[in-house]
Amino acid sequence: MALTTVSSTAAVEGSVAQALRGERVDLRGRIFELFLLGSLFVSLLILAVLIGRIVADGASVYSDRGVDFLEGRLSSDPARAGISQGITGSIWIALGVVVISLPLGIAAAIYLEEYAPRNRVTNLIELNIRNLAGVPSVVYGLLGLAIFVNALNGFSNNDGASRATLAAASVTLAVLVLPVVIITTSEAIRAVPAALREGAYGVGATRWEVIRTQVLPYAAPGIFTGALLSIARAVGEAAPLIVVGAVTGLLGGSGGLAPGDVLDPDNLTSRFTAMPIVVTSWAKQPEELFKINNAAAAIMGMLVFVLVVNSLAIVLRNRFEKKRSS
Amino acid sequence: MTEPTTATDGTATVTDAPSDDPLPQGTEIGVHPQGDPAELPVVFEVRDLSVFYGDFRAVRDVNLDVRQHEITAFIGPSGCGKTTVLRCLDRMNDLIPGARPEGVVNYHGVSLYGPKVDPVEVRRRIGMVFQKPNPFPKSIYDNVAYGPRLHGRRRRGDMDAIVEESLTKAALWDEVKDRLKESAMGLSGGQQQRVCIARAIATKPDVLLMDEPCSALDPIATARIEDLMQEIKSEFTIVIVTHNMQQAARVSDATAFFSTEVNPESDRRTGVLIEFDRTETIFSNPSDERTENYITGRFG
Repeated sequence: MALTTVSSTAAVEGSVAQALRGERVDLRGRIFELFLLGSLFVSLLILAVLIGRIVADGASVYSDRGVDFLEGRLSSDPARAGISQGITGSIWIALGVVVISLPLGIAAAIYLEEYAPRNRVTNLIELNIRNLAGVPSVVYGLLGLAIFVNALNGFSNNDGASRATLAAASVTLAVLVLPVVIITTSEAIRAVPAALREGAYGVGATRWEVIRTQVLPYAAPGIFTGALLSIARAVGEAAPLIVVGAVTGLLGGSGGLAPGDVLDPDNLTSRFTAMPIVVTSWAKQPEELFKINNAAAAIMGMLVFVLVVNSLAIVLRNRFEKKRSS
Repeated sequence: MTEPTTATDGTATVTDAPSDDPLPQGTEIGVHPQGDPAELPVVFEVRDLSVFYGDFRAVRDVNLDVRQHEITAFIGPSGCGKTTVLRCLDRMNDLIPGARPEGVVNYHGVSLYGPKVDPVEVRRRIGMVFQKPNPFPKSIYDNVAYGPRLHGRRRRGDMDAIVEESLTKAALWDEVKDRLKESAMGLSGGQQQRVCIARAIATKPDVLLMDEPCSALDPIATARIEDLMQEIKSEFTIVIVTHNMQQAARVSDATAFFSTEVNPESDRRTGVLIEFDRTETIFSNPSDERTENYITGRFG
């Protein structure tokens, strides 16, 4: 096809050029954009101030005492007190979540999404799981106190106050995050494209084969992220631990939770403390060194832990997703 | 509507390994067997089929025969139930909650919805290619090997042979033989669809159901898949749903025309089979006015 060049008249060109010229200022759009930017800035500022204050108060403890603070035990002397027992308690709580909540929660979610018939009972169950995720954590503390501590003796032969064991606390927090694990896993499974399932069913895969070879691999990054966030949540909870009887003062000679034997299973049946408890109890002390510096230093320890878990979540998710799309 | 002719002895020729059936005498690969198509064995016998979604009757009055080593096309406007009927032929509708067929769907004389029929076994023998290419997020090799692995073929050498054979039949081997370990997601749309075809034929099915396999593809990829269908129909019986009338006219031996009618039971429109006949007849001398209107582009 031959093209003939038809030159437009100067008048037409002029009017088109004028019409296309962008002179209108989108004032509302600019204001909206600035507002959004401002919101982001304020959020980041608050976070930065918080972290800045904590580091300012707590860094001196690490620079003065170094690993001595990490290895030290609870003490009434602020210059000797350390967070080793809090770290041990929090590690066991995280283990409880990994061992109890993740298998139970993931399995329950797979059942709900893949096997449960779509009817009112299933809907009711799903609704209730969502509600459970919103129940205040203190309520779970009461549940733990009534069942795991009082009725089940904290899974130990102890009596009296020493029934408030680390095992009871760990199970309580595992129950607390169970609904979160179920919900995040359900959502990850729901995000699996129907076309993938159909493709697998289309070549004669059974339901189990579809789940094993398509659904779970595709949902894995989402399940993983949910699992790590659940661990971070459990490790940060203080309220239910206070209710189930975490030790806020001294954890002297009363067994376990000593530095060096973090993973000693005897810890499970001894009284316990955990990082959030250490922070709250120190913050209530009258001495400046306790109230300000030690508490801030303990918070720094927790922040590092949560940051590590979250970064791990992000890195692993990205790796899984890359594998999925490449 | 012409009544489908029933083969006198067709349903009796069921064998355990239908894909190994010898072709009728004098058949050339890729060329329709000469002579009376009524002599070819019937693979699917559909009688008075209706499909319901809950209380809604989505399609009704479907009567047709699908013959071995033929390509049968389902054509018609959107919402007329072509895909719904197709998905009854390998029980994929089981996956949709509330979907319920009523009527007869016989496969080599056996009711697909019989009480002892396992849908997984059905789908192993009746492969499906979907509208949108849906390769798994795995390598090309693993996509094609997926079905055979599920069904217990484990030896490496066997698997390599199956993958090569399937990709060759799907007219893709030469393009991908050097990158079998790369992800199938990185292929073009037409190549992805051919991976899906290779995946479907790797389990050596008897029938290949294709649900608008070319609707997401450009004309060149479409032509390749149409050629491919002609090449493989000597081994498989093919049923294809298509929006594209020219495609049906080009590739198929028999054509079923579906349309929609206002449903006496509700306001929604129900799909109905208007006419089923040899493709030449449907496109040159249809017996129903609605077929003629659709073929000539007056609606749809």
